Amino acid sequence: MTAITQPVQAGPLAEAWSRIWRARRLVERNIMVYRHQWIIIFSGVFEPIFYLVGIGLGLGGIIREVPLANGEVVAYAAFVAPALVATAAMNGAVFETIFNVFFKLNYAKTYDGVLATPMGITEIAIGEMLWALMRASLYAVAMFVIMFFMGLVLSPLGILMIPAALLVAAAFAAAGLAGTSYLRTVNDFDVPMGLIVMPMFLFSGTFFPIELALPEWLVTIIQFTPLYHGINLIRGLSTGIVGIGQLWDLLYLLAFFAVSMWIAINQMERKLIK
Amino acid sequence: MQNSMTTSESLVHARGLTKRYANGFTAVDGVDFDVRPGKAFGFLGPNGAGKTSTMRMIACSSPVSDGTLSVIGMDPRTQAREIKARLGVVPQIDNLDTELTVRENLEMYARYFDIPRSVADQRTKELLEFVQLDERAKDQVEPLSGGMKRRLTIARALINDPDLVILDEPTTGLDPQARHLLWERLYQLKRRGATLIITTHYMDEAEQLCDHLVVMDKAKIVAEGSPRQLIDQHSTKEVLELRFADQTRDNLNGQLDGLADRIEELPDRLLLYTANGERTLEQVNERQIPIESALVRRSSLEDVFLRLTGRSLVE
Ligand SMILES: Nc1ncnc2c1ncn2[C@@H]1O[C@H](COP(=O)(O)OP(=O)(O)OP(=O)(O)O)[C@@H](O)[C@H]1O
Ligand SMILES: [Mg+2]
Repeated sequence: MTAITQPVQAGPLAEAWSRIWRARRLVERNIMVYRHQWIIIFSGVFEPIFYLVGIGLGLGGIIREVPLANGEVVAYAAFVAPALVATAAMNGAVFETIFNVFFKLNYAKTYDGVLATPMGITEIAIGEMLWALMRASLYAVAMFVIMFFMGLVLSPLGILMIPAALLVAAAFAAAGLAGTSYLRTVNDFDVPMGLIVMPMFLFSGTFFPIELALPEWLVTIIQFTPLYHGINLIRGLSTGIVGIGQLWDLLYLLAFFAVSMWIAINQMERKLIK
Repeated sequence: MQNSMTTSESLVHARGLTKRYANGFTAVDGVDFDVRPGKAFGFLGPNGAGKTSTMRMIACSSPVSDGTLSVIGMDPRTQAREIKARLGVVPQIDNLDTELTVRENLEMYARYFDIPRSVADQRTKELLEFVQLDERAKDQVEPLSGGMKRRLTIARALINDPDLVILDEPTTGLDPQARHLLWERLYQLKRRGATLIITTHYMDEAEQLCDHLVVMDKAKIVAEGSPRQLIDQHSTKEVLELRFADQTRDNLNGQLDGLADRIEELPDRLLLYTANGERTLEQVNERQIPIESALVRRSSLEDVFLRLTGRSLVE
């Protein structure tokens, strides 16, 4: 029973992969939690649809057309819908990581129990990120399907909106994880939700082209924020108007994801390991 | 790696083991101990002595600040995962998954350990019966009573059939039946070759369960040995317990001098440590000291504890 276990000599890549693979256990855990309450998950599908109907079709009835940055003109609903795919990905990911992870981290002490098993901090962080990514993707893909059937996907490139939405979801899941580890009390939620997520939702080019509507200095600031790039990327794929800008969006989101994940893992380690 | 060095004789090997927290506080200060395979090893000590801090380092939940530690022949700094795969841990404070049901807590834990589903189902069933929670299998965790949660935590720690079980005050909050059932189960585990590390504030538990004990106080180990050895080394054969009316006790000034090897003053009674309790009682009576009641008994671990840590257990 007490035989000696030889240390496993694994390369760093094999080690990283084995952690990612073990992280699925945390996804399983979250599925187990929600398996009796799928309705909570599904209710989130409707929010972007309400925005599409209320603003895309409602305002679209008056505004009808919007000029894109390159001068081309599209129907207002076709302008808003791809942005809503991106915001659905953001909202789903941020909600899951900010609220639910905060609860597990600070009150339920769930992770202390998990850490007594072969699971480590990296596995927990990646697992939570993957789960939030899955939940957010559900909303983004639902939105994509709806806009597809409404004829709002204007280009065959539109099919790439799905992987792009997954990237946006992953980026915000990681950022949410990193952010929630800095919150101390429930009252602290107002800061990320009210001062970061909400303004991004409104001012990242979701409902109007910011380049045409906002002062230049403000546009410059917004161009440093992640949702702007998520929307720009997904809208480019939906309308078929892609260029070097979308490549930058892609690189920005990948880097944002990597940095956020790194902060999240380090912060969780700082919080959980004493 | 020279990880085979101590395993033949000790499953956990600590030299100069130290825990310093981020705030600079030293909770464990250079302790040495060896846990032999197949034995039950106990940590005793007053609140704040550093028992939990030590246990958490062994369980790879808390990084070692200084010194050497090997667990099952492996180094917690580099092989935490391999070590944890073979441990069962009952933490001092329950950390059950409150979003899952009783059964799901065990099922999910089995998944973290990569236990095949058929084996996990069988163990889950057995363990739920063992801790007598089979009827509550489908309930959420939160409404369970404190003792039931404790039992579930214990069941959870055994899901991977561990080689080394670390139990931090496992029976705190358990009723007498549950406590005796757990003792019985721990004996079984030991018979099958598992090693146990236990902390407890119950001296009867320590005497019953542990082959070897260490007493910690203020971050250090102050004594060590089998329960019998500790009693022989640190206490007299017998104890005479005396109770007095309050005024008498206040006016004793020195009347008991020379009657015992040592006198311990507790709030409600005096303990006279002596080789022969009856003889000492006679001497007390000869001196015509008015006592309210007297009791002669053999020395126990509790006396060792009082002696070594200068504090009563029941605070
Ligand atoms: N995370 C921490 N940061 C700073 N100090 C800590 C931390 N955890 C424990 N301590 C301190 O370390 C000391 C030892 O604590 P520990 O929990 O190991 O004691 P213990 O022997 O288990 O006590 P008890 O019998 O009350 O469980 C205490 O003074 C405690 O305040
Ligand atoms: Mg303790």
